[in-house]
Amino acid sequence: MNAAWLLVHPDMAGVTIGTAFGVTTRYVMLRSDYRQYPAYPHGWIIHMALGLIAGALGAVAVPALLNKNYTAITFLAMAAQQFRDVRNMERNTLNALDDQELVRRGSAYIEGIAVVFEGRNYLSIFAAFLTSLVVSLAGWAAGVAAGLVCLAAVYRFRKGKTIADVARVEFAPVRVEGPNVLVGDVYMMNVGLDENRDIIAKQGMGFVLTPKNDDAKVTLANLGQRQAILHDVSTRLGVYRDDGEPALLPLAKLGLATGKLGLLFLPRELDPQKALRAVVSVPLLESAVRKPVEANRRAQEEAVRDG
Amino acid sequence: MVKIMAVVTTEKESVGGGAPLFYARDKEEMQELAHLLEKLLNAAAHQLNEHSFLIVYRG
Repeated sequence: MNAAWLLVHPDMAGVTIGTAFGVTTRYVMLRSDYRQYPAYPHGWIIHMALGLIAGALGAVAVPALLNKNYTAITFLAMAAQQFRDVRNMERNTLNALDDQELVRRGSAYIEGIAVVFEGRNYLSIFAAFLTSLVVSLAGWAAGVAAGLVCLAAVYRFRKGKTIADVARVEFAPVRVEGPNVLVGDVYMMNVGLDENRDIIAKQGMGFVLTPKNDDAKVTLANLGQRQAILHDVSTRLGVYRDDGEPALLPLAKLGLATGKLGLLFLPRELDPQKALRAVVSVPLLESAVRKPVEANRRAQEEAVRDG
Repeated sequence: MVKIMAVVTTEKESVGGGAPLFYARDKEEMQELAHLLEKLLNAAAHQLNEHSFLIVYRG
């Protein structure tokens, strides 16, 4: 059996090329997850194996349908069930690990990561299906081209929006005025002990996030999104705290009057530029994005139209 | 759930009620007591006014 054998068996060529592109798609998308998820080899193996299954399922569906074997489509339903379990698996693992984090990810961030893992498997299926379809209809060369287009599209869109898209991030001085700690003009908390005030004055780093529009205000106010920012920045810069020190917790507080978000960190590494880059590149959680402005405008327009 | 675990004060007459009360002779002792209670109770010390600290647990 060699490459020439594949060319005279178009079904097999479709399945092989489709599967290959399905797996490659999964591989490309797995790489960007390292920041969000520990890159241990066994987790990687699990996801590559599932990517292979996803690719194979997508690729096999095409010849099955072309041979009028419509029951084969039920296989895809089984696949969907399988990948929903992937989401459960990721959620359970991350939830279990979250108790051991000094600064938690929070359930919204975990849910976001789990959804991404499930969604990316479907993208693999889709890429494999499309490639296999084009191979079956127009030959292997066109199929490879279609696969490459899929890969390029996935590569281009694998990164979602970040905080930089919804807010202007600025440094703000951390002020300790008696027991009150403020970042810029946002009140953060009351700290009783002198030693904790000294630590905050020395190690504290403050940012103020100004929402770019009214939709962004809602997103920044979301508790899950705030926790995600705190977790990501604490992961990248280290955190100056230990278990059993609730007074030294990184905090995010809303300036109620302005809708600005004040952030107080206690990083190990006091590098303002790195911290700024970390805040700006925190992913925007799907569950935190709302579009109230558009909905309100539409409701208003309807009200005007209906008199 | 926020729970007041203890109150540390230098002014006996300004506090009372259900939480355990700790009296300190001066501000220094108040800081020291609040520090110990913070570590022991896994809670945060907040300053209520010049004379009193609340030890608060957020579970």
